[in-house]
Amino acid sequence: MAKSAKTRKSPARKKAPAEDLDFVLHSLQEAHEKSPKYDASDEEMLHFYEQMLLIRRFEEKAGQLYGLGLIGGFCHLYIGQEAVAIGLQSALDNDRDSVITGYRDHGHMLAYGIDPKVIMAELTGRQAGISKGKGGSMHMFSTEHKFYGGHGIVGAQVALGGGLALAHQYNEDGGLCLAYFGDGAANQGQVYETMNMASLWQLPIVFVVENNQYAMGTSTARSSAETEFYRRGTAFRIPGMDVNGMDVLEVRGAAEIAFRHVREGNGPVLIECNTYRYRGHSMSDPAKYRTREEVQDYRDTKDPIEGLKKVLIEKGKSEDELKAIDKDIRKTVSEAADFAENSPEPEPGELYTDVLVGEY
Amino acid sequence: MAIELKMPALSPTMEEGTLAKWLKQEGDSIEPGDIIAEIETDKATMEFEAIDEGTLAKIMVDEGTENVAVGTVIAMLAGEGEDASDVEAPAASNNEVKDVPGEGKDVGRDEDGTDGEDQGAKPARPERRLQADPEIPHGTNMATISVREALRDAMAEEMRRDERVFVMGEEVAQYQGAYKVTQGLLDEFGPKRVIDTPITEYGFAGIGTGAAMGGLRPIVEFMTFNFAMQAIDHIINSAAKTNYMSGGQMRCPVVFRGPNGAASRVGAQHSQNYGPWYASVPGLIVIAPYDSSDAKGLMKAAIRSEDPVVFLENELVYGRSFELPELDDHVLPIGKARIVREGSDVTIVSYSIGVGFALEAAETLAGEGIEAEVIDLRTLRPLDREAILESLAKTNRLVIAEEGWPTCSIASEVTAICMEDGFDHLDAPVLRVCDEDVPLPYAANLEKLALIDAPRIVAAAKKVCYVD
Repeated sequence: MAKSAKTRKSPARKKAPAEDLDFVLHSLQEAHEKSPKYDASDEEMLHFYEQMLLIRRFEEKAGQLYGLGLIGGFCHLYIGQEAVAIGLQSALDNDRDSVITGYRDHGHMLAYGIDPKVIMAELTGRQAGISKGKGGSMHMFSTEHKFYGGHGIVGAQVALGGGLALAHQYNEDGGLCLAYFGDGAANQGQVYETMNMASLWQLPIVFVVENNQYAMGTSTARSSAETEFYRRGTAFRIPGMDVNGMDVLEVRGAAEIAFRHVREGNGPVLIECNTYRYRGHSMSDPAKYRTREEVQDYRDTKDPIEGLKKVLIEKGKSEDELKAIDKDIRKTVSEAADFAENSPEPEPGELYTDVLVGEY
Repeated sequence: MAIELKMPALSPTMEEGTLAKWLKQEGDSIEPGDIIAEIETDKATMEFEAIDEGTLAKIMVDEGTENVAVGTVIAMLAGEGEDASDVEAPAASNNEVKDVPGEGKDVGRDEDGTDGEDQGAKPARPERRLQADPEIPHGTNMATISVREALRDAMAEEMRRDERVFVMGEEVAQYQGAYKVTQGLLDEFGPKRVIDTPITEYGFAGIGTGAAMGGLRPIVEFMTFNFAMQAIDHIINSAAKTNYMSGGQMRCPVVFRGPNGAASRVGAQHSQNYGPWYASVPGLIVIAPYDSSDAKGLMKAAIRSEDPVVFLENELVYGRSFELPELDDHVLPIGKARIVREGSDVTIVSYSIGVGFALEAAETLAGEGIEAEVIDLRTLRPLDREAILESLAKTNRLVIAEEGWPTCSIASEVTAICMEDGFDHLDAPVLRVCDEDVPLPYAANLEKLALIDAPRIVAAAKKVCYVD
């Protein structure tokens, strides 16, 4: 059984900060627990709702297009995890901060407001795709937005993110790198090699474990000696935060605390966002490693979009208004799908372009 | 409008499946996320989930039906406000839609495609235009300098020229370099630009690669390339492929450098030539110079390159001194071989430490009346095919001398080039002179037996000249 996204006690005993050398390791978590939810304006909240819904509808459509054979290879959907990307990325300063993630990357790109058409066209392998159709679902980038991919090798993006953070520090541009990885990648050695150097050099990086409870078909309990992933930076003196990744306001609240800490030059923070993916690991996953009831329980009681919808209705939004938003988003996604289906494949000559930049 | 539910593709390779079971019946209302049916693929039984809400109006394919092609309409869903009983089955049609070249996989598409025979045809690969080495102005002073100093000077000059250039690796700063290649850099450039790393190759290769993606110009030193095997994922999967996968958006101008190949008496794990490994990877530049001038000129070019470069040095060559033109900016073209000794009877192709053996062999051969032409490849990727083929056309005989294993080697590649494009010029089979096909032994006598040397190159050259 997967562990639920719950609030836990801080890892260390309480002492006065002056005499507590480990204060920094738990102080961020304490600040988060004190006030877990970000105090969003109505306008911000509505925007979060729209963005999460866009990811949900986009991914559902991607699943359909995969079923129709229009998307090939591997396709990892973000459904269920929307609050993580939106909560964190809404707190970024997009003029200077960078983001890097693994192969489950559609949601992180949509969170930037990148046109769904060019993302969907990449999924269908078309010239108009954001990587000219040469990257596919797992390999998408937007250097314009400082989004550095989209990496297919589990854990590799963490070390690369360390490099992006090094560049921020080197250039003194005030930016930070947000490096996402999953509970599966959290067992890769290079993650800890990177944590060591990031802490040693006080790099401006926020490590985010998107703990969706399963590394492909292996539950965290079956793969990880320490399933409280936010504790895994302790050996490198990196403060950890344990965050409910099914609530966009809690994720955003944690982001505010973590980003401030990093921007003040205190070095890295490790955030664990406890979340859940509703779909299989990839499209070809029959998902026999968990029960139908478990998935249904998350959908029914912890869904990030339904959760925020409730708050919005309490705040006075009407069902009809929200339905109209959904309708608009469905239309946008549908147009993206049409575009992705009908735009041409890359020119055959593209086979040989972009291998090298220079001529030798 | 009613929605067609089509047989989904549920794996990258699925073309048809069995409709094992309907879990909803005609007339049932459906919510997004409901399981409508179970479908057996070649790998597993998968659940078919509803995306849209509505009422299941018509089941078109009975449960238990096998070999249902992907894209076949299996049911009709009536949308909101639509009467399920009014939903009509689509006209019977052959759901198999032909692939239209240039328009992606067309399973499930409705419209007919047009023929586009030419579109799928293999395009011509753009031709390379090779750059010649720049002329050294008349009267340029020549200095004698070791390869070690040449490499250091190249890095220092580029660091002065470009603020983005920095060096990272084990013992590069305070220790002044495990092989003293970075000597003096910390003093001049400080700890921000000359960074000592922990012993953590995978990690720091990734950080270097990421820093390059983020706009810096890292030089990542591996104490030896044997240790870079821990980091090869970043060199190949992260550095080499990113520009291509991003459609040319994301550059990775990083230099991975360090000693490569056999040193002396350090045993099998510390003695290997990785030239052929990296040279097989599109997206990388691989340079393996021999003398000081090439080491400096190509290192400067490598640092300026927009592409990821693997720069293979050789510990046994670091201390050798060669003449180097004293120029303000000595930069040489990547991808161009150099004729280091002209000759007309046989061509010896080599690189790195092998060039020294090849020149020694050429001296011996000259004493026996055989004029060997020695080519230093300098760059292993992209390989200068033209230089090899031009020399072959002149001498009609070719030997490759490589300090490395013979199987799947640079020697194998050069042999293939001669077969494919130089066959008519060959008067004898191309011969490879490589290390013995064994892990490098420690014992002095065995090590000597395993590694290439000049006498073996002489013997091969004589063999292709049909002398003796």
